[in-house]
Amino acid sequence: MAMMRYAEALNAALREEMQADPTVFLFGEDIGRYGGVFKVTKGLREEFGDLRVRDTPISEQALTAMAVTAAMTGTRPVLEIMYADFVPLTLDALVNQASIYEYIWNGQVTMPFVMRTQGGGGSGAGAQHSKSLDAMLAHIPGLKVVAPATPADAKGLLKAAIRDPGPVIVLEHKLLYNMRDEVPDDVVVPIGKAVVRREGTDVSLFATSKMVHEALAAAERLAGDGVSAEVVDLRSLRPLDLEAVVASVAKTHHAVVVNEGWRFCGYAAELSATIMDHAFDELDAPVARVTLPDMPIPYAETLESAMLPSAETIRRAALDTVR
Amino acid sequence: MRNAPSPEDHLEMYRRMCLVRELEEELGRLHKKGRTRGPIHRCDGQEAVGVGVTAALGLADKVTTTHRGHAVYIGKGMEPGPVVAEILGRATGACGGRAGHMLIADASLGMIGGNAIVGAGIPAATGMALSAQVRGTNEVAVTVFGDGASQTGICHEAMNMAGLWKLPVVFVLEHNHYGLTVPTEVQSAVDDFALRAPGYGMPVETVDGNDAVAVYRATADMADRARRGEGPGLIVANTYRVEGFSTSDMGGYQDPEVIAKWREHDPIRIAFDALEPTFGAERLTEMREAAAREIAEAFEAAFEAPFPTFAVDAASAPYTAAQN
Repeated sequence: MAMMRYAEALNAALREEMQADPTVFLFGEDIGRYGGVFKVTKGLREEFGDLRVRDTPISEQALTAMAVTAAMTGTRPVLEIMYADFVPLTLDALVNQASIYEYIWNGQVTMPFVMRTQGGGGSGAGAQHSKSLDAMLAHIPGLKVVAPATPADAKGLLKAAIRDPGPVIVLEHKLLYNMRDEVPDDVVVPIGKAVVRREGTDVSLFATSKMVHEALAAAERLAGDGVSAEVVDLRSLRPLDLEAVVASVAKTHHAVVVNEGWRFCGYAAELSATIMDHAFDELDAPVARVTLPDMPIPYAETLESAMLPSAETIRRAALDTVR
Repeated sequence: MRNAPSPEDHLEMYRRMCLVRELEEELGRLHKKGRTRGPIHRCDGQEAVGVGVTAALGLADKVTTTHRGHAVYIGKGMEPGPVVAEILGRATGACGGRAGHMLIADASLGMIGGNAIVGAGIPAATGMALSAQVRGTNEVAVTVFGDGASQTGICHEAMNMAGLWKLPVVFVLEHNHYGLTVPTEVQSAVDDFALRAPGYGMPVETVDGNDAVAVYRATADMADRARRGEGPGLIVANTYRVEGFSTSDMGGYQDPEVIAKWREHDPIRIAFDALEPTFGAERLTEMREAAAREIAEAFEAAFEAPFPTFAVDAASAPYTAAQN
């Protein structure tokens, strides 16, 4: 067990998997000499060399397409897309290539590639560097999407993603990279397993990534309001741990889904519909959603912070639901 | 230029081109009878590219092709039976009827695969070359793509990285002069695609794309170079799409005189004329007839084969395995 920042935990996962498997290699913009814009790949080029830690041209579309086929032919590439906002450049490779081959080719190929990217608002990065595109990615059959909230999960989920036989997208959060916490030495977190971060009996707060921390802060305030909130960190957006979701709703009978993406056709919409499909009889109130309003993310701090979900907006949604 | 292919290899290329021609012509007939499904993109008249390129490769080498890839499928060693059954959507198809004619793959032969997103096969092969480089093998990846695909942005991104990293990939630009209904001169700022290569630090060779031997030699040379670690190369293979874009194409936009001229310059005729002094016309004619029989049998078997049955793909489902 060691204290580590989230970025260091990701770095440790990459180092350990590269040491264990010579077919794991990294590529992406600025990841080699510079060590990554968020320093996740720091020191790895020095340790593993240019062949396995490669600075690339600014070519997200081709890089992702190449990761897919490199993965089909005997390697395990880990591609860094600097901002989730650039993922739309890669969509042909994800939507029309990576996600279909295992099925349409009848299992002839596997695609053990990982796309790491980071999203989320709160840093004043503006409309092209702040988005959370969870829903867009989780929509595609054949892709797996995970979003770690803690350093331990950052390490454990990335290790699981690298070992997974299929394409996995790891959504990191720019405001979590400096978060410090304990990380078990041999942590591997199975994809598709949620975790209860705080037990509660009155309302379930479902979240991923940075929103888990907002939900935990909301739960603290709700305790002061006399409401016992349970916080469930989904960790994996697809596949979803439906069993854990249903179990929590069956316990609290109230659900608030929190997501840093947009509301319309968003991940929160999918999750709330899923809860109604599978646990309607357990609900004492409609599922509440806390999301971004449907608009571009503005720059000024007063504008940006007003639109991001926060402990307070989550608290209010929970109070509305239980009362 | 190497002293290859051998006469026997050339003869095998002729046989495979005959198989593809018979396949294409039968697909055209079946479409008219309403017995095919979806658009089917014929490559008759262009067989020398797909067959010539693949004849120069080994089993471990990888190839990607376009939505017009029948000659590459057969060239890389797929048997007509599973190809035809896949085109007809049968359970006995190469991909169990899941892929259809545009997306066929046989990973065991390095045929991975057809691609119906124009341009997408180019970075696909480049990624396979990257894999070969990381693994330290001497495999080569080859992508066959059209002049239309060469206008896509991803073509340029992939060629740049291939040149930059000296990846073992051969880019084969099958210049058939049309992107769907639009002729090249309405799509490209330059008419000589060989000009692309110097921009990415690659050598280029322009060949008669209807001469399978010329295509073979150029591919073998570029592949040898790539295997030596000297990086990618571009081959511009000039040919012509004598049919429409697909079986659903209404046509009428091509000059009949140009089509007639290219039909005279037929790849199978060119191979026949080159092989006839060595093997004799009779043997070559017999091979063509045997190819026709083989294709007819493949269609007969496919029409008798069962359709696949539907099941939701559990691996694609959104919930955990425990919930399925």
